[in-house]
Amino acid sequence: MANAEYIGVKDIEGPFVLVENVSGVGYGELVEIRDSKGRTRHGQVKSLSEKATLVQVFTGTEDLVPNTTKLRFLGKPLEIRLSKNMLGRTFNGLGEPRDGSGETYGGKKVNINGLPLNPMARQYPKDFINTGVSAIDTLTTLIRGQKLPIFSGNGLPHNQLAVQIATQAKIMGSDDFAVVFAGIGIKHDDAAYFTQELSARGHSNNIVTFLNLADDPVIERIATPRMALSTAEYLAYDLGLHVLVIITDMTSYCEALREIGVAAGEVPSRKGYPAYLYSDLASLYERAGVVRGLSGSVTQIPILTMPNDDITHPIPDLTGFITEGQIVLSRELDSRNIYPPIDILTSLSRLMKDGIGKGFTREDHPSVSSQLFASYSRVQEVRSLAGVVGEDELSKNDKMSLAFGRLFEENFLKQGKEEEREIGYSLDMAWEILSTLPRGELTRISLADIQEHIKKIQ
Amino acid sequence: MEAKTNAAPIKKEGKEGLIIFVNGPVIKASNMRNFAMREVVNVGPKKLMGEIISMDGDDATIQVYEDTQGLNIYESVTGTGEPLSIEVGPGLIGSFFDGIGRPLDSLLETEGMYISPGTSVNMLSRKKTWEVTPITNVGDLVTGGTVIATVQETPLLLHKIMAPPDIEGEVTWVISKGLHDGGTIVAKLKDAFGREIPIPMIQRWPVRTPRPYRERLLPNEPFVTGQRVIDGLFPIAKGGTACIPGGFGTGKTVTQHQLAKWGDAQVVIYIGCGERGNEMTDVLEQFPVLEDPRSGRPLMERTILIANTSNMPVAAREASIYTGITIGEYFRDMGYDVAIMADSTSRWAEALRELSGRLEEIPAEEGFPAYLPSRLAEFYERAGRVVTLAGENGSISVIGAVSPPGGDFTEPVTRHTKRFIRCFWGLDKNLANARHYPAISWIDSYSEYAEEVNGWFCTNVEPRWGEMRDQVRQILAEDDKVQQVIKLVGEDVLPDDQRLVAFTAFLIKNGYLQQNSFGSDSYSPPSKGFEILDIIMDFYQKSLALVRKGIPISLIKEDESVDAITHLRELAPEDKEGFALVRKRIDTHLDRVATERMRKLGGE
Repeated sequence: MANAEYIGVKDIEGPFVLVENVSGVGYGELVEIRDSKGRTRHGQVKSLSEKATLVQVFTGTEDLVPNTTKLRFLGKPLEIRLSKNMLGRTFNGLGEPRDGSGETYGGKKVNINGLPLNPMARQYPKDFINTGVSAIDTLTTLIRGQKLPIFSGNGLPHNQLAVQIATQAKIMGSDDFAVVFAGIGIKHDDAAYFTQELSARGHSNNIVTFLNLADDPVIERIATPRMALSTAEYLAYDLGLHVLVIITDMTSYCEALREIGVAAGEVPSRKGYPAYLYSDLASLYERAGVVRGLSGSVTQIPILTMPNDDITHPIPDLTGFITEGQIVLSRELDSRNIYPPIDILTSLSRLMKDGIGKGFTREDHPSVSSQLFASYSRVQEVRSLAGVVGEDELSKNDKMSLAFGRLFEENFLKQGKEEEREIGYSLDMAWEILSTLPRGELTRISLADIQEHIKKIQ
Repeated sequence: MEAKTNAAPIKKEGKEGLIIFVNGPVIKASNMRNFAMREVVNVGPKKLMGEIISMDGDDATIQVYEDTQGLNIYESVTGTGEPLSIEVGPGLIGSFFDGIGRPLDSLLETEGMYISPGTSVNMLSRKKTWEVTPITNVGDLVTGGTVIATVQETPLLLHKIMAPPDIEGEVTWVISKGLHDGGTIVAKLKDAFGREIPIPMIQRWPVRTPRPYRERLLPNEPFVTGQRVIDGLFPIAKGGTACIPGGFGTGKTVTQHQLAKWGDAQVVIYIGCGERGNEMTDVLEQFPVLEDPRSGRPLMERTILIANTSNMPVAAREASIYTGITIGEYFRDMGYDVAIMADSTSRWAEALRELSGRLEEIPAEEGFPAYLPSRLAEFYERAGRVVTLAGENGSISVIGAVSPPGGDFTEPVTRHTKRFIRCFWGLDKNLANARHYPAISWIDSYSEYAEEVNGWFCTNVEPRWGEMRDQVRQILAEDDKVQQVIKLVGEDVLPDDQRLVAFTAFLIKNGYLQQNSFGSDSYSPPSKGFEILDIIMDFYQKSLALVRKGIPISLIKEDESVDAITHLRELAPEDKEGFALVRKRIDTHLDRVATERMRKLGGE
């Protein structure tokens, strides 16, 4: 291609270089940069004005000499080559092979930013995914095409839970299932855990991995999830696969966005994050879904570690406003050795209302889950009361409530890391636990259901 | 590809600008002195839609409603000669538009599953035919707002084609009765200067300009929503304004959907502003199937959807609420009651903030621009009950969701919104965690319309309506205090009359305020809600008498007939016998408790 090469840049600051006297360059265009030793790296046009063009350099600006740096504007946005051969492969954050097996060929090239899906093209997700985890299936049901993040904290078993969901999800193992794993700024050990566990417990040849490790350039983190999601969309909508995308850790992604925003001199918003953090996160999370008339689907499980376990921090807060619910892990439950330590009260699945009940899971599912929430919420109140007056001073109903709480946590919530439970089994267990409560407390279940199920148990 | 050179810009004569700066959705262009402030422009070779938001010497700043990726310096900017406008006319009902009024179904047909930049389509179809009935005759004098002809747009809605607000004249020609396509002219007028004015079926209106009306009325009729907590405790009037603030997961959208489904309006406009794509799809799949409880017709026959989902360009998000309310005003001018759900106004405010940041304006609170409150006021003041230009009564009720960061109601958007609305439905995190829906807090919420609409409820539902509301609110307020004591010392040590208050509040919360968003309880007419409250308060009064006689509360509340109170909502509204039966069983139970106790006391 006859793209002119420019020699020399004016300023270099953080991940940016400023080039003067450039014309015919498009906003967001990809740039090839060569340093004095002839090594190439890539960048992207961040802003354009008559006098100067600001280029954001992936892999950083180290070793660049202002006088000898050469830039070539490629006239196209950052792209990824997609093909069936990607299955089973590992790439870096920019979509280059990381496993030493060479480039992938064939397929098609797409702009990694994608385009917004026309809401009319979407099909409302309703297909229940049986993850085999009681707390998730019964109370925060995962639906095919949903974006359901895990809100965790450092040191909590979010990785184990994500692997358990990915391997136990009933669609796993069938030919039309694939996992796309995007590691953003994660530790070597975490990356190794994911790849090993997923390979050992599933099929290693239906996983595509993108890894940007903690010591890889920060700026690549912006591209990594977009690479992964473009791949997922290709696998889902072109090849008809049901794709589960696991992105971890979204906190690293947002930190990278902040770092770049500050370096570019943008006006910061909450806690120094850019004002467009919401729109930016939405451009990732909204790339989940089911398209009418196509057989595949993209389900997203992003994982984020809440800074200081604070759910009101901008990252979990904005995420919660975009995603269709959240699974929140609790340090308190974890310290009591309850796995998975899911804090069900703050967890939520927004799509569950239409994906459960008659014709989907079981007719009694909606009211049973609603009752579990109500009763467990009361357990919390009673516990704080017991903390003040002592357990002995509680009323009869309050004591029954505490007993229910223990049963719920020890039997229902707690399960093995490889234990798979059918939804029917989980619901029956829920009924058994609920039947220990006084009848007047069961306000969410219809009288008819109480008659039918509680009688059966007693 | 053509080689890139340092070609000097050629300054064009006349009305054509050149791009000189690009930063996301904000661009600058030079040679713009012949353009109007707020004019809509076409940007670059793809003719992206943009709007001029400031003028500075030769340069203009433009916000672009589409993705600017690929725009080059020195590409051209051309004008359209009008401010941001939308089309109004038959074909609006049942349609689904994006934030700047592009029909998403046509985009799906022409562009496929993704929305790509630079696509332009007519908002309303010119080819679709309508059965037109002329109302005016040749020789009639017509002023702005006069109905020229009508079209039965859906079985639920008679669409009135009106003369645009600013014209006046004598009818010289009028359309014949029969099938006509959307692109037609319905009448021709001759004005005072003898000029001919054609009145088209499809008209245009600038979205940032409120449509005129003759006079404003005070709202005194309730907008019945079928949600017990709203109709019963915190009612909103037709023409009223309300906001629903709540952190994520507290049920803002579910509540908005409920109001859009069951609210008593002839036209419902649902604006999905910066929210999830799937939520819009949900409405789109449900509304054609769900029935309007009053007419039995599909809800879609009165609904218009506007969506600028969170991943669509941010500038169009800013425009979407104006598009929505302009359509609302158009139907109001026909003399209809219109309800607008804006979900979420916070995303709109954040779009303002994002654009303001890109313009490098000096921020006020938390990065929001200083003009945030005045923009909010402008929006909410477009609601109201009015006498239209044609002399009919019409109204627009606006219900805005607010998404405060971290669920903190002291943040700027919630705080300023509270200044301009009269009905506040605060969502409570703890209620939502316990899956008590709607999670509208009975402590924090308020309605300034309660007094004004009480007359209507007393006449149309039940004369004791206001009295009942006062009693219930009193119990809930007392319970709030009692609960604080319970948190410290436990329930057992409280005197029985206080425990009765706590128990009655428990019945109100679980039997009345809690309402499922699906199933038969989803729509609860005011009469059903009253019936439930009447049973609960009746139980309270009778039990209070017993407690005062020294009968322990445990004897009063532990009975299956009392358990049934929290299941009253499972009954159908018209099941009078069902309610009477529960009432009778409670009375029998209380009588038995009283007599047994008397016997025991007598025996001692």
